[in-house]
Amino acid sequence: MKIIVCIKQVPDSAAKVVVEGGKVSWGDAPLVINPWDEYAVEAALQQKEALGGTVTAISIGGESAKEAIKHALAMGADDAILISDPALANLDTQAAAQVLAAAIRKAGGVDMAFFGRQAIDGDSGITPSQTARLLGWPALTLSAVIKVDGGNVRVERAIEEGRQIVTAKLPAVFSLVKDFGEPRYPSFMGIRKASRAEIPAWSLGDLGMVAPATVISWPEVMNPPSREVTCEVIGGGSPQEIAEKLADKILAEKIL
Amino acid sequence: MKTWVYVDHFKGQVLPASWEAIGAGKTLGTVTALVFGSGVEALAKTAFTYGADEVFLADDPALADYRSEAYASTLSSLAAEHKPDAILFPTTTRCREMAGMVAMDLKTGVMVDVTALELQGDRIVATRPIYAGKLLTKETCSASPQIATLRGRAFPKPAADTGKSGTPTKVAAKVEALTNVEGYATTEGGVSLIDAGVIVSGGRGVSNNPTLTPPGGLDEKQTEIWRAQQGFALVKDLAAVLGAAVGASRAAVDAGYVPYMHQVGQTGKVVSPDLYIACGISGAIQHLAGMRTSKMIVAINKDAEAPIFKVARYGVVGDLYQIIPALTAAFKSKLGK
Amino acid sequence: MDFDLTQEHTMVQKMVRDFATKEVAPVIKEFDRKQEAIPWMLPRMGELGILGICFPVCYGGQGMDYISLGLACEELEAVDTALRVVMSVHVGLCGMTLLQWGTEEQKQEFLIPLAKGEKFGCGAFTEPGMGSDLAAMRTHAKRDGNHYILNGEKMWISLASKADFAMITVRTDPNPARPTDGLTTFLVNLHSPGVTRGDIHGKLGVRAGSTGWINFQDVRVPVANRIGEEGEGFKITMSAFDSGRYTVGAGATGLIRAALESSVKYARERTTFGKPIGEHQMIQEKIAKMAQDHEIARLLYLQVGWMKNQGRRSTLQTTYCKKFATEASFEAANQAIQIHGAYGFSDEYDMERYLRNAKGAVIYEGSSEIQVLIQAGYALGERKDKALRCELPAYDAEAWQK
Repeated sequence: MKIIVCIKQVPDSAAKVVVEGGKVSWGDAPLVINPWDEYAVEAALQQKEALGGTVTAISIGGESAKEAIKHALAMGADDAILISDPALANLDTQAAAQVLAAAIRKAGGVDMAFFGRQAIDGDSGITPSQTARLLGWPALTLSAVIKVDGGNVRVERAIEEGRQIVTAKLPAVFSLVKDFGEPRYPSFMGIRKASRAEIPAWSLGDLGMVAPATVISWPEVMNPPSREVTCEVIGGGSPQEIAEKLADKILAEKIL
Repeated sequence: MKTWVYVDHFKGQVLPASWEAIGAGKTLGTVTALVFGSGVEALAKTAFTYGADEVFLADDPALADYRSEAYASTLSSLAAEHKPDAILFPTTTRCREMAGMVAMDLKTGVMVDVTALELQGDRIVATRPIYAGKLLTKETCSASPQIATLRGRAFPKPAADTGKSGTPTKVAAKVEALTNVEGYATTEGGVSLIDAGVIVSGGRGVSNNPTLTPPGGLDEKQTEIWRAQQGFALVKDLAAVLGAAVGASRAAVDAGYVPYMHQVGQTGKVVSPDLYIACGISGAIQHLAGMRTSKMIVAINKDAEAPIFKVARYGVVGDLYQIIPALTAAFKSKLGK
Repeated sequence: MDFDLTQEHTMVQKMVRDFATKEVAPVIKEFDRKQEAIPWMLPRMGELGILGICFPVCYGGQGMDYISLGLACEELEAVDTALRVVMSVHVGLCGMTLLQWGTEEQKQEFLIPLAKGEKFGCGAFTEPGMGSDLAAMRTHAKRDGNHYILNGEKMWISLASKADFAMITVRTDPNPARPTDGLTTFLVNLHSPGVTRGDIHGKLGVRAGSTGWINFQDVRVPVANRIGEEGEGFKITMSAFDSGRYTVGAGATGLIRAALESSVKYARERTTFGKPIGEHQMIQEKIAKMAQDHEIARLLYLQVGWMKNQGRRSTLQTTYCKKFATEASFEAANQAIQIHGAYGFSDEYDMERYLRNAKGAVIYEGSSEIQVLIQAGYALGERKDKALRCELPAYDAEAWQK
């Protein structure tokens, strides 16, 4: 089983993200692997343990994207590829999908392409299905359970109404939810391997493509409006008294 | 502007955010609603009552189950033929996928999970949250059609006017798909979080009642879960009286108190109810990302320093095991239930 | 001279930090209140390889260096001292002593399971009546054929009730020429007949840590378990402390950092007299001192780690590291409580736990006073390092990772 995991480097989820001079800034908070992609790497490693094969992490980015890649290697991915080109600076999802689809084709012989369900910076969650569309592969997004049987796969997808059970033929694109379990910590051996790893870089030329056009732009980024909320703490002599007061206040706001 | 609005449904039940999208589309110009499925003519009729000027209906047994390739291809081929200016979807699991694929087919882009729309000339400027809602961006799409998914409850739901009617235009379905749907497994029923007007949520604090004596033979983790279930029973009682959905923080889901489908937060469901009652939830940033746009937040927590109080309109610092049942009783009598 | 951590080191830091903050931090306060050790803590640390971090792979370890050990200790103690105490006794006093003084057979038989986290070790030197004055110990052993017979009691032993092995020093010669002669070190299997042990509660701090006493009644210890020769016990014990003390100093650095981070966060949020308290100078002074002390403590322990990597004797630098960091950590926790005001005085915040924990570190593993005497000895030229028969092996990335 040849498994590719597409990972993205994003600012730490605990970072204080603000708009400074019209641009997004996260101060000196570190860039880390997108937390959802960590779950995807974990799921990929579990599939490799069950079925045999290799796990390759790929990421679009510059030098700093190597952190995310090295984390995936330290968790146990076998190898990694960085897709790096100055023309790839500000990609929207459909441009990223074009690049990733080209990389997956170039890697060749891929059975499963894993994605985290969304990147916590853009929060779009559509790159996996867009990549699948370009490859002409089934898009098995929001997979919570994956069972491979020969060239077929059966997944349970997490939809609003519960689970949808779907079968398809491999190769396929998957986006993962959390049900596979907490991502494993890097092992010390993995850390050693990852820190020494030489990560090959592919440029657009290597992928045989020109820079894809971006159609989505962010002409304006703003801090959210500050919500002037002062909390009124309801006190009282007994829980019953407090509850009465609170219920009255809520009903007075006419939202029930 | 000619806007198409995709009406998302599951087993004939329309997700109300679809009607909100029709309302939003009407502010931009004319609206053509799209209804795909099998035996869904009634949904098409309902779309007129919510303001659709026109409805395209692709009714085909092969579309009985949502499958992304078939639905996306149906929409893409229609759009290639009719060239709408914009296509709006509600933000749902199906529609994120569909919108993404349609955008690839039509070589355009998607503005995902939009909370506000404005028109500047013939460009839609879509406001949407990024970085877990820490920031907002105003996005535009330079290609056509301009595609957006709209966050549930961010746009007003139009009033249904049963006087409005029309005849849906039947269109051909594209039926090729790469997947087979074997079935569905439902988890608990109840009000859907995304659509709920009122949500009562429980957090890790819900298991924190050491005075409760568990039945014998339970180990520590099982005892914790048993206590949490007693606590969540109180949360569910309050939700029932208020006609509310039950939510949970990630901490409660991770600890195994409730299934993941109840999780509210950046990595669960993002909700925008009118009233959000947070019980035993500290208010970590990931949770706030999922509910901070609620119109009113009420917090019940033993910890007066819990961050949740910073975003709450009303707060009670107290023992939820006492406060929640008292609140349930108070609402029961005041709402005449 | 490169003061930067390597990428390997930063990944080690992150891994240990993630483990401690995700798995231990949410529950530690509860266990500290109950004065109970977290039952899964040892097996989990063993599973993750943390208990064997700085031992060669061929001895069951993870093949990382001594700096990695220090970094791990800093991250562990930033969450709670109980986590770092495990490293001090299992890795420092027990495992590293085996690595330094054990025969090949002993390393094969004992170090491998310890490094793999299959068995747990501790260090048993202190007695009810003796701490700093090692030579005054009363636990003794007498040779009997292929065994020694051990009698006595050790007290204030971390992991006493949890460990499988204890690195223990006892008196074997009742009439030595000098008091520090006639001591011998053994690795005792604590499941042996005649061993009884119990937990000690009511400690001021490290309440989620297991501390106890071990009583030996005619315990038979095979000669094969004797570490080094008869009479080498004093030197071996001092080596053990060189290892243990390093982990204590590195760990205390983490405590300073935790106090600093908590204080900075609080200083930004809490307002008095119209501004965040972080804008008041007296608060700034406290925070600046914590930040400075953290930097100094960190540099000191990294230097010790580097020296150990080189195979150099680091006794003096280890005492600087231990004394400075532990005293600074106590003061940092003290000032952190002050910054937090009444909330610092309550166990709703962590600062009171850090202060209680920090007090132990200036007492154990060589009290501050002992550290001063050692330092004075070196400074005045009265104390010089003599080559030991066995030195702690230098770090060898190639050899250790086979």
